[in-house]
Amino acid sequence: MIGLVHYLTVGTLLFVIGLYGLLTKRNIVAVLMCIELMLNAVNINLIAFSRFITPELATGQVFSLFTITVAACEVTVGLALVFRVYHDRDTVLADRLNWLRW
Amino acid sequence: MSESASTLAFYLLAAITVVSAVGVVKSHNLVHSALLLALCFIGVSGLYVLLQAEFIAAVQLLIYSGAVAVLLVLGVMLTQRSSMADSNPANDWSRWALLICGLLAVVILSVVAATPWHGSIAAALENSIPVVARALLTDYMVAFETAAVLLLAAMVGAIVLAKGVEEE
Repeated sequence: MIGLVHYLTVGTLLFVIGLYGLLTKRNIVAVLMCIELMLNAVNINLIAFSRFITPELATGQVFSLFTITVAACEVTVGLALVFRVYHDRDTVLADRLNWLRW
Repeated sequence: MSESASTLAFYLLAAITVVSAVGVVKSHNLVHSALLLALCFIGVSGLYVLLQAEFIAAVQLLIYSGAVAVLLVLGVMLTQRSSMADSNPANDWSRWALLICGLLAVVILSVVAATPWHGSIAAALENSIPVVARALLTDYMVAFETAAVLLLAAMVGAIVLAKGVEEE
């Protein structure tokens, strides 16, 4: 029987993989992708809790809707920033963006 | 769905999700990463279907594997001038990152295993959409409207940032 622990395990693995990518990637677009992976892991947890702990309220589903909204906003503004940085500095590698001067 | 079929579906979808997430991180080509990310999102939405959250699964397919993945591919295409072959380089921290992430996984999984979960024995809602809709427009109405304002602000901000303000 697939229970809460199975879903939490998948969520943990997804979160840890996203964190690994966040720490090791040099390209900012790849870093954004890894943030999306971590947000998805959190959503799996929320929906699994909603299904197995309080199935009659569906609070976790409402919460994950808000998470999805914020994630969409985050990736939009993040990519706009990446475009701007690329336009001004000609690079998208995070470790090359180490000057305070523009 | 019978018991064994849903078990099989869970393991299949979990494998798709985790393997493609590893591919996102490990691939040297950023376009492959973006496409594997879309596959990962589709796997996650399959997991939502197994959790009987069909509305969230549809939203996940539409927003994540539709809009976000396409937006990320667009971002990749517009910011790569040279070849895609080595467009997703890693820095020198991979050993430390592996250590940190492994430790974090061990901690979280042992906490999950040690916690006595008081699961509800109630079955999942037959049709969860009316419940979600009522919660969104009564208890969480302020948050709902704030999310709408946030979306508008993000859209305006993205346009201003990407296009630039014309200086007089």
